[in-house]
Amino acid sequence: MMIFAAVLAGGIGSRMGGTDTPKQFLDLGGKPVIVHTIEKFAINGNIDKIIVLTPKNFINHTRHLIEEYIPNNDDIIVIEGGKTRNDTLMNSISFIEENFGIDDDSIIITHDSVRPFVTHRIIEDNIEAAKRYGACDTVIPATDTIVESINAKTIESIPVRDYYYQGQTPQSFNIKKLFNLINSLTKEESDILTDACKIFTLKDEDVYLVDGEVTNIKITYPYDLKLANTILEDKHD
Amino acid sequence: MINIVYRLKSPKFFEEAIDEIELDGVIVRPTYLSICQADQRYYQGSRPAEVLDKKLPMALIHEGIGEVVFDNSGEFKTGDTVVMIPNTSFGEDVCRANYSYKSKFRGSGFDGFTSDLIKLDSSRVIKLPDDFNPYVSAFIELISVAYQGIDKFKQIASTPKDILGVWGDGNLGFITALLLKELFPDSKVIVFGKHLDNLNLFTFVDEVYRIHDVAEGVVVDHAFECVGSSASQLAIDQIIDLINPQGIISLFGVSEYPVPIDTRMVLEKGLTIQGNSRSEREDFIGVIKVLKQNPQLFEYLGKLITEIHEINSLDNLKESFDRDYISKFGKTILKWNK
Repeated sequence: MMIFAAVLAGGIGSRMGGTDTPKQFLDLGGKPVIVHTIEKFAINGNIDKIIVLTPKNFINHTRHLIEEYIPNNDDIIVIEGGKTRNDTLMNSISFIEENFGIDDDSIIITHDSVRPFVTHRIIEDNIEAAKRYGACDTVIPATDTIVESINAKTIESIPVRDYYYQGQTPQSFNIKKLFNLINSLTKEESDILTDACKIFTLKDEDVYLVDGEVTNIKITYPYDLKLANTILEDKHD
Repeated sequence: MINIVYRLKSPKFFEEAIDEIELDGVIVRPTYLSICQADQRYYQGSRPAEVLDKKLPMALIHEGIGEVVFDNSGEFKTGDTVVMIPNTSFGEDVCRANYSYKSKFRGSGFDGFTSDLIKLDSSRVIKLPDDFNPYVSAFIELISVAYQGIDKFKQIASTPKDILGVWGDGNLGFITALLLKELFPDSKVIVFGKHLDNLNLFTFVDEVYRIHDVAEGVVVDHAFECVGSSASQLAIDQIIDLINPQGIISLFGVSEYPVPIDTRMVLEKGLTIQGNSRSEREDFIGVIKVLKQNPQLFEYLGKLITEIHEINSLDNLKESFDRDYISKFGKTILKWNK
């Protein structure tokens, strides 16, 4: 049984604006965002291998960063991500299948490279839940009221907020189960697959909730990076 | 590496904060923590305003154990259960490190243990035996303070130690009396307290008295004051009255107010007043050794645990402080899941 972490850094950051460098490589308190994220998995003794998936032209750059910043980095592997998030996820699973094989119990923790504030506790809870239940998603209760609109002009409905959560990452899975489910998808199902946990729910498989943290933010917009840098600089002496 | 710390921002208000830790020490994940009166004084806002202004925001809690996550020094294995030493020296000194101005103390001079991870120097971490009860181990730090004071008393006491008096029927009084019985098996230990309910738990000592109802002729050779606050004065007065000449008075109780002492009688009896605060690595090692050799102590110390709270959120943390505050006796243990 092995525990893998997949740090998904395949995105080119189309929402970031004003820069050609993908957001995961921008500076956060003196180190690239992705380095902060990888560190969280690198110090976790339960994780056997960390697979970092980046755009092809950033593979070498990422390897250099890992060599520069992360000691004892033998278990970190950088490979090419895919065009979409799910392609990237599939690349990691294919890599595991080719290099380590897929047994009944191994699990994979998938995490956005642009969520550097993930905690050790969240990662540990993911490992526990994925081992026990086969699939889990990290969430926090929704604080804003969710409004549904189909036509983008008027409200269709206002769901009961108590039943809604905001999805974060990691999302973690039993690899064999995930692999089999992905292979069982029809073309139509694949097309609507925007989230790995959705594969499980589509196939009526339970996905358990792991408590996230309000601090586990995703750096998506320039404002997020500015905010993240500000709170990091504001740290108490 | 980025770390998330849960700090007291202002009295009764915790907040998440982002900090950075270097990977050059031992990284510990806290597992079981214990609330101390000193934490409560920050949480309730009962420290002077200028102290609160200077020290907050700060993570509270300096009593606790955890699991090693990462160790660059190679001394510890991942998953080792360890006790964390809150006193941290920042330079050599002529005195013990727990009294040095060059030391900083967790939850007082810098962040305490309420965080996702804690980075400590390998000298601030001691591995615990696997069979130690984690709930009792959570307050080894408090036990080590009593141990430290008793150890110092042992070195300076010159008169007989036949009768040892402990003033105070709270947590520290309980622990001090228990350790004295263990470390001085031939001495008679008498506890003086105010609350009969508490005193009834001191089944292991030789005699207990309510402070206003002490039998005629009772004297002690040495005394341990574990009362604190404004009640310290009454306790110290009674100690000076009942102690034999050249006895040692070991003070442990913290008071926010200056306490008047009858120095005339201190002079007349040739008494020594010894202050005690905090502890150092050797005291933790001493406590671990005593507990290892006397596993029955876990049962006694377990009686002190009156509240156990699982902490999954900052609201849980706040509730546990509120519950601890109204609890008249015992320790509140936090199972740290945050």
